Amino acid sequence: MDKPFRRRDLLGIRDLTAADITGILDTAENFREISTREVKKVPALRGKTVINLFFESSTRTRTSFELAAKRLSADAVNISISSSSLSKGETLLDTALNLDAMAPDCIVVRHSSAGVPHQLAKVSKAAIINAGDGANEHPTQALLDAMTIREHKRKIDGLEVAIVGDILHSRVARSNIHLLTKLGAKVRVAGPGTLVPSDFGYLVESGLTVCDHVEEAIDGADVVMILRIQRERQDSAYFPTLREYAIHYGLTNDRLDLAKKDAIVLHPGPMNRGIEIASDVADSSRSLILDQVKYGVAVRMAVLYLSTGGSPSQN
Amino acid sequence: MADEFHLVEKSRIMDSTAINRGLRRLATEIVEKNHGAEDLYIVGIRRRGVPLAERIADKIEKLEGNRPLYGILDITLYRDDLSTVGANPVVNRTHLDADVDGKIVVLVDDVLYTGRTIRAAMDQLMDFGRPKKVQLAVLIDRGREHRELPIQADFIGKLVPTKQTEIIKVMLKEFDDVEAVGIFEKPAE
Repeated sequence: MDKPFRRRDLLGIRDLTAADITGILDTAENFREISTREVKKVPALRGKTVINLFFESSTRTRTSFELAAKRLSADAVNISISSSSLSKGETLLDTALNLDAMAPDCIVVRHSSAGVPHQLAKVSKAAIINAGDGANEHPTQALLDAMTIREHKRKIDGLEVAIVGDILHSRVARSNIHLLTKLGAKVRVAGPGTLVPSDFGYLVESGLTVCDHVEEAIDGADVVMILRIQRERQDSAYFPTLREYAIHYGLTNDRLDLAKKDAIVLHPGPMNRGIEIASDVADSSRSLILDQVKYGVAVRMAVLYLSTGGSPSQN
Repeated sequence: MADEFHLVEKSRIMDSTAINRGLRRLATEIVEKNHGAEDLYIVGIRRRGVPLAERIADKIEKLEGNRPLYGILDITLYRDDLSTVGANPVVNRTHLDADVDGKIVVLVDDVLYTGRTIRAAMDQLMDFGRPKKVQLAVLIDRGREHRELPIQADFIGKLVPTKQTEIIKVMLKEFDDVEAVGIFEKPAE
């Protein structure tokens, strides 16, 4: 798309240009300072309404969006599945139309089915922000990951990034693969054969490599991104046991030693200590998991500001 | 802004020497009025207030021997026209690293016109704490008749009564090719 990211929906990283992404990240960097103030609030979105519509449980992302909205002085309303009309039989479309009738400026939506934000965007007058749709995308997570990487590596272009774990079900991985390759990073993915999709061929040209072994992916990496093992999928027999997963794919200090000396470790949370990531790695200075959470608020402030009409910064 | 390319300069009212003299006088008046540089906090308003504030802080340091505190305000998120302008303007960073509580804050901007920028700057400043005093220094004051809010400057480099159709441009070496102040106008159609 040619027009800059502004006053429109954020449905996925896939639709954005490298310039759009950089514009959002630059804006987010300028918003960071607000959260360090004594009064963590600016009047920019005063009078705007943001609805957080979460059909899937979430603590971090929902809180992060809520804080972002409130620090910009927008009014934030949270709707979660248990309290919504969907449990009373209303269709998604009707819920959307009803919310729209209350004239929100922005709807942040998370749903277990891919494409729900895109459907909402078609009927809603509000800007729609995807906070995770099925296994499709989780754009603000990829943006905050990129912000964390930029902060510590000063760039993204040319970096080698390993993404390890359940790639198949991971919207975090998909958004990150799009973002990182668009900004010129070399991305290597690895995980159990059953959890690495075979349809990533179209991304190979833009710098994606599928590795057979975790060690191969981590070897010489600047960034190691660990994905959460979705324990709720344990029944589906993608891998034999959690213990076996930990042994073959878990990020231990030994495995991390294969990466560059100054490599950083990211995890989107919530993490399963001792399964996909060893506790001592998670607590080490190379792990930036809490930085990711911190930057998440700034990224979401930037996205809310831009999707309701702001212009991106150029730092 | 594409429009700026079509502006015609009617007259040049300050050159670099005059700007420097004006800033030197502002610095002197600021320390005179506040009995020295103690507790002074010079805060530039983005964009063109920033280099001006920095220069004033330099001059105060020369006069008094100690450097006043220095900061930068980006007022974008406090503007009162965010919902009416077509697209929200670009956000830049605010730097107020030292505490403003109990300080004499001198806001510095290039041109005082409607007063709305200063209103936004004061609102933002108050979110950072409770300064003992807030004063305003501007290089150019376009005159009270243009004011849309009850705001006046404490220190004025040059008072330039203007028409509403005129535009004052402060050009500084940090942003522009020249160092000068000119009065511009849109050419008659």
